[in-house]
Amino acid sequence: MAFISLFEVIGPNMVGPSSSHTAGAASMALLARKLFPGEIKSVHFTLYGSFARTYRGHGTDRALLGGIMGFETDDLRIRDSLRLAKEQGIKYSFSVSEQEDAAIHPNTADMEIEGTEGEKLFVRGVSLGGGKVKIVKLNQIEVDFTGEYSTLIVSQTDKPGVVAHITRVLSEEGVNIAFMRLFREEKGAAAFTIVESDEKIPAEVLDRIRENPLVSDITLVQL
Amino acid sequence: MEFNNGAELLELCQKTGFPISQIMKKREAEFSKISEAEVEKKMRKALEIMRNSAKEPLKNPKKSMGGLIGGEAKLLEKHRLEGKSICGSVLSKAITYAMAVLEVNASMGVIVAAPTAGSSGVVPGVLFALQEEFDLPDEELLNGLYTAGAVGYLLMRNASVSGAEAGCQAEVGAASAMAAAAAAEIMGGSPQMCLWAATGALSNLLGLVCDPIAGLVEAPCQNRNSIGASNALICAEQALAGIRQIIPFDEMAEAMYHVGRCLPFELRESALGGCAGTASACEKSCRIFGKTEE
Repeated sequence: MAFISLFEVIGPNMVGPSSSHTAGAASMALLARKLFPGEIKSVHFTLYGSFARTYRGHGTDRALLGGIMGFETDDLRIRDSLRLAKEQGIKYSFSVSEQEDAAIHPNTADMEIEGTEGEKLFVRGVSLGGGKVKIVKLNQIEVDFTGEYSTLIVSQTDKPGVVAHITRVLSEEGVNIAFMRLFREEKGAAAFTIVESDEKIPAEVLDRIRENPLVSDITLVQL
Repeated sequence: MEFNNGAELLELCQKTGFPISQIMKKREAEFSKISEAEVEKKMRKALEIMRNSAKEPLKNPKKSMGGLIGGEAKLLEKHRLEGKSICGSVLSKAITYAMAVLEVNASMGVIVAAPTAGSSGVVPGVLFALQEEFDLPDEELLNGLYTAGAVGYLLMRNASVSGAEAGCQAEVGAASAMAAAAAAEIMGGSPQMCLWAATGALSNLLGLVCDPIAGLVEAPCQNRNSIGASNALICAEQALAGIRQIIPFDEMAEAMYHVGRCLPFELRESALGGCAGTASACEKSCRIFGKTEE
């Protein structure tokens, strides 16, 4: 069983009113923000299930937008995030999905982010309760990670040798891997390798992993 | 220094001579790989947030997001200050602060989930009432928070603290058990007394349903936090007086979880049954969600 910290019981410190609908929403959007390298021009949120039905009364919309703007769960600016986004010129919109699919967790939000350079990122987050979250989809690929560890996300072509290259670099740089998984759309197509580590991952790792021509992009979310 | 249930926790206390609070603090430092001083620093921050959320609404009451609550804590404070309280000072303050925290939570202020946002008023309600009435230093309150954390951890691990999973008895029930143990330790109780207090608190709220009006963390949640705080004080008093529990903590946690799993969907945060299912609640709900966006 995973370690339950004292501060998961007495915590999180958060803007109310709901750990799942407010703090969780802010956390997943903050994680999405960290996954997006550029400056954000616009974001569209699609809400599912309980998020869709009760987002206004729980401030889920403000929390999501606040997270996208980089606010932590206990940052009071979440309250005013709609106004603050307008002031900063970030366009935002919300839509509600009627889809009641058993495969979609009831507290789910899709975040479609567009940058000032036209770059795009699709992130689907799930709020698991108690403020805990996970990311379950990145662009078109189903993934599974929480951001509770230092997380390395490598976009690559699904061909032999890439994973071996990544593990070799990590081992040579002395990074201890907690979890490592490969996610792909289909054989030979685009894929993600996601590595989670208990400790900080040094920046040199990124440059060395990039040396492999099959690696197209790499993102690091530091603990 | 790990423990997986109440029996193991008591054994650890006996073996080391430490109270529950110190065991929990050392456990956190060991497994999170931080110093005890850092653990304390984080806890002090939580205590400050709790203090602010328990006191702020007495000066500046605020309407909640859904408009169902706001201003209750100030009314209680006024009532007590006019010398009209029938509960006495400790209890009156505990319910005032518990309701205040829920008001802050429901108006998008900053709170500490303990163990959840919906039950975040119970632990601070009890702690600050005791602090004022017995002139306790913050260090004692921090010990209370570690002890509360130990009980909450065991319930998270071996039962549930989620209203959607096991009803309000799991949320406010857990918070009440946490606060009861904290109060017992702060007021000089042994580790065994702390777990008696927690066990009593769980058992008194067994079966309590989660039925938020309009699905919002407002009503009856705010009132339920005051019952959680009152219940904690009652159970701590009983344990400190030496009243034993017939059922051990671990069995009671299991019973609470089992009762929770027996609750129908309507009574587990779905806003379909209980208070939420009444005609007046449904009417409120329609009014709130019929509202157009600003």
